[in-house]
Amino acid sequence: MAFESANGAMGVMIENLSLSFGQTEVLKGVNLEIKPGEFFTFLGPSGSGKSTLLRAIAGFGPRPSGRILIGNDDVTHLPPWRRNVGMVFQSYALWPHMTVRRNVAFGLEERKVPAKDIRDRVDAALDLVGLLELAERRPSQLSGGQQQRVALARTIVVEPRILLLDEPLSNLDANLRVQMRREILDLQRKLALTTIFVTHDQEEANTISDRIAVLNDGITQQVGSPMELYDEPENRFVAHFLGTANLIDGAVQNRDGKTVFAARDGTIFPLDGAQIEAGDQRTAMFRPQSLRILSQSAPQEDALKISGKVEHREFLGSLFRYSVRVGENMLLVDDKHHVGRSTFDVGETVMLGLDTKQVRILTK
Amino acid sequence: MKSIARGHWGPGVVALFLGLFLFVFLIVPVVKVIYVAFQDPNTGALTLINFVDFFRTSLFRESFINSLYVASMSVVLSSAFALPLAYFTTRFNFGGTALIQTLGIIPLIMPPFVGAVAMLLLFGENGSINLLIDEWFGFTIPFMEGLNGVILVESIHYFPFILINLSAALNNIDRAMEESAQNLGASGTRLFRRIVFPLAMPGYVAGASLVFLKVFDDLGTPLLLNINNMLAPQAYLRITSIGISDPMGYVISVILVAFSLLALWTSFLALKGKDYATLQKGGGGLMKRDLGRWEKIGCYAVVIFILLLVLSPHVGLAILSFGTVWSYAVLPDAYTIDHYFRVFSTSSQYITNTLLYAGLAATIDVVFGTAIAYIVWRTNLIGRQWLDYMAMGAVAVPGVVIGIGYLRTFFDYNVPVIDKPLASWWVIIVIALAIRRLPYALRACMAALQQVSVMLEEAAENLGANKRRTVARIVVPLMTGGIVAGFVTSFATAAVELSATIMLVSAESDAPLAFGIYEFMQSASGRGPGAALGIVAVVIVGLATYASHRFIARKEAERTPGIAVTTGV
Ligand SMILES: Nc1ncnc2c1ncn2[C@@H]1O[C@H](COP(=O)(O)OP(=O)(O)O)[C@@H](O)[C@H]1O
Ligand SMILES: [Mg+2]
Repeated sequence: MAFESANGAMGVMIENLSLSFGQTEVLKGVNLEIKPGEFFTFLGPSGSGKSTLLRAIAGFGPRPSGRILIGNDDVTHLPPWRRNVGMVFQSYALWPHMTVRRNVAFGLEERKVPAKDIRDRVDAALDLVGLLELAERRPSQLSGGQQQRVALARTIVVEPRILLLDEPLSNLDANLRVQMRREILDLQRKLALTTIFVTHDQEEANTISDRIAVLNDGITQQVGSPMELYDEPENRFVAHFLGTANLIDGAVQNRDGKTVFAARDGTIFPLDGAQIEAGDQRTAMFRPQSLRILSQSAPQEDALKISGKVEHREFLGSLFRYSVRVGENMLLVDDKHHVGRSTFDVGETVMLGLDTKQVRILTK
Repeated sequence: MKSIARGHWGPGVVALFLGLFLFVFLIVPVVKVIYVAFQDPNTGALTLINFVDFFRTSLFRESFINSLYVASMSVVLSSAFALPLAYFTTRFNFGGTALIQTLGIIPLIMPPFVGAVAMLLLFGENGSINLLIDEWFGFTIPFMEGLNGVILVESIHYFPFILINLSAALNNIDRAMEESAQNLGASGTRLFRRIVFPLAMPGYVAGASLVFLKVFDDLGTPLLLNINNMLAPQAYLRITSIGISDPMGYVISVILVAFSLLALWTSFLALKGKDYATLQKGGGGLMKRDLGRWEKIGCYAVVIFILLLVLSPHVGLAILSFGTVWSYAVLPDAYTIDHYFRVFSTSSQYITNTLLYAGLAATIDVVFGTAIAYIVWRTNLIGRQWLDYMAMGAVAVPGVVIGIGYLRTFFDYNVPVIDKPLASWWVIIVIALAIRRLPYALRACMAALQQVSVMLEEAAENLGANKRRTVARIVVPLMTGGIVAGFVTSFATAAVELSATIMLVSAESDAPLAFGIYEFMQSASGRGPGAALGIVAVVIVGLATYASHRFIARKEAERTPGIAVTTGV
């Protein structure tokens, strides 16, 4: 398999990786293939094993079973200092007893690079992150964003095979977070460096990643581009974790030659046009923006009309989000807001229209 | 209006009182001592002649060199004990960790002079160990000869200061500091030398300067080992034999204070600007690894060796207190409990005096400590920081200096009613103990107050409690753990204080335990009872320490469930 691209970027292959802390199994057979030059993200809730997986790639933590390949090189049993992967720690881990310059030079010194080259390369790396003039400062004299940049410079200056970033933005305030994630992406593109990024924030993951692996409970739930994951989630967890979803339990049935979804409470959703196998224990998933509230007077051409009662209403600026009770289910409906748009009150009975092409049937 | 006025003036009045107390009982005596050192004894003019005389006298030059030598060598030897232990516990998954940590309270529960005589019997020229070595190998080792004895005894007692500070520094290192170095290619000794060692250095220096200071100022140990050619014993001997007007005692005091300040300054510099904790968010200490079979055996051997050494004064003291005659023999000829009978029947005033003095001193300390902490952190009185500085300044003032200062300052002042000089009234001993131990109590109170959120106080005030009521009902109850810790530290160390007390005791009936032990140990026949008294002291202090640990642990347990524990993502 070609794990090295033309420009030298390397892929990462993770095969059936399992890992335990004592009795607790934290990773349970993870399989992933990360392409050379890709910006890849591990996304998942706190405690799902993202850091553990990332650290295993860098060689930290308990000894795992399975295999980790970087390029064509099996690194599973190499100690951290022999792997040549760059890792930026969540806390940055800048050494407080060294200046910025000494921090950045550290990895090159360990690699016995000649002193003159070290100087040039440190300057270049600091220049790249825009901190050349702060080279003689101590880490404690830098702001959070600047520390973050030093940590990046310290890592990329050794030209690692891949770059690992563990929640690098979590210690920054909101504005800086948006700015830094663009800077990180620019840097990654410029260096064409295969990068694995860990976050629990789906917005961060969506905006920065080529592809995302959603992790939960030590296993990958789904891998795909941000849009694929949003549009075609494979299970309830992914549907929920990426955005807001309506999930209704029921069965896919054939009625009079038409495929329909029968919810537990008897509500029937026609699934016309879709090629879906019949079966019990299914879940219908659709996003709140796939539902519309139909004013009684408007022409009603939607594929499905159901009536329900408004129980909550939240104003979110660009839209109103209604919770509408339909039988036993509570459905979330997004209604785009603009000046003069009429609203519906709590307690009001409304008709809902559903674009059935947007409905996805989940088996898990 | 009235309560507002009181709320406004209350802290000011308290601050003024505290300031006055510290001024009269700390600043004035110390300034007096320094002043006298620079005064011509005949004319009273300011001069350096006393210092010139000091350095012209060969005995004083020798004492000065000896004190420096003993303090430095004690740092070296203490480091040799502390370094392996700190390294084992922070680096390896090691069963002895809890054991090693408990060593930390050894210097607290028994000051070095108490065990000094017992050490002589164990390690001296004709002591048990040398008798055995001589029998087996035909030579002896001068463990206790001259200054060696002082160095050994002091190191055994004070090495935990280095152990505690160094272990804390190592444990505070964010694991990511080490991991990022590994990630960049460093490992093994290079990693240790470039990352771990520099990060732990400030902690080591802080501990080492404390050991230096303690040893340099110590009076009891050299006195009991009969080593007089050191600074503190010289100061004591000059004042007690020649008299309160002899300038040499004052010159020595100035030198002792100067070196104490130097040691504190060193520790301050080491820690200054190196608040590495703020940059190290994770903490959690270094990566620990499992030991191999032989490594484990090696580690345990080292730990057990050091442990035996550290406990030898206690063991020796216990044997001595139960032994009949013990000389030129590995162990005493026979055992008896007569020494304890003698101590309890004839010398129980030592014990009751100690409980009274140390109890009063510790009470004063926590009351003043709480008040100073509150004034410094919670009011905006002008100059409030000076209360803190003054109180903490006592750290730099050796007991000998307090003793000399009090004698000089308060001898002319007759206490009304009892018609005695203040300097020879037992209350002065309590005040000296309170002043000397105030820094410990103050630190504990400050730490405790910092954990009480201002919002909790504001909530009480919002509900109608004035400042005084808020302090009494909210602040003090929440500080209880810290206050108890402060009380016990003050009590335990005051109960065995010797250097200031030995100068201020004017009558046998006023003397505390430490003085009693010293008196007994002067004669060979008094060693048994002296050791028994020492054991009593260890038991009192040990019990107090244990009780406070239990109490604080229970307080902690009560409080923690209320605090939501959140872990980072
Ligand atoms: N050093 C450790 N010892 C024991 N359990 C650990 C350790 N580190 C992580 N874990 C456990 O492994 C699981 C995954 O942790 P982690 O990889 O840090 O999650 P994430 O980064 O996704 O928040 C958690 O349940 C955590 O409690
Ligand atoms: Mg994590």
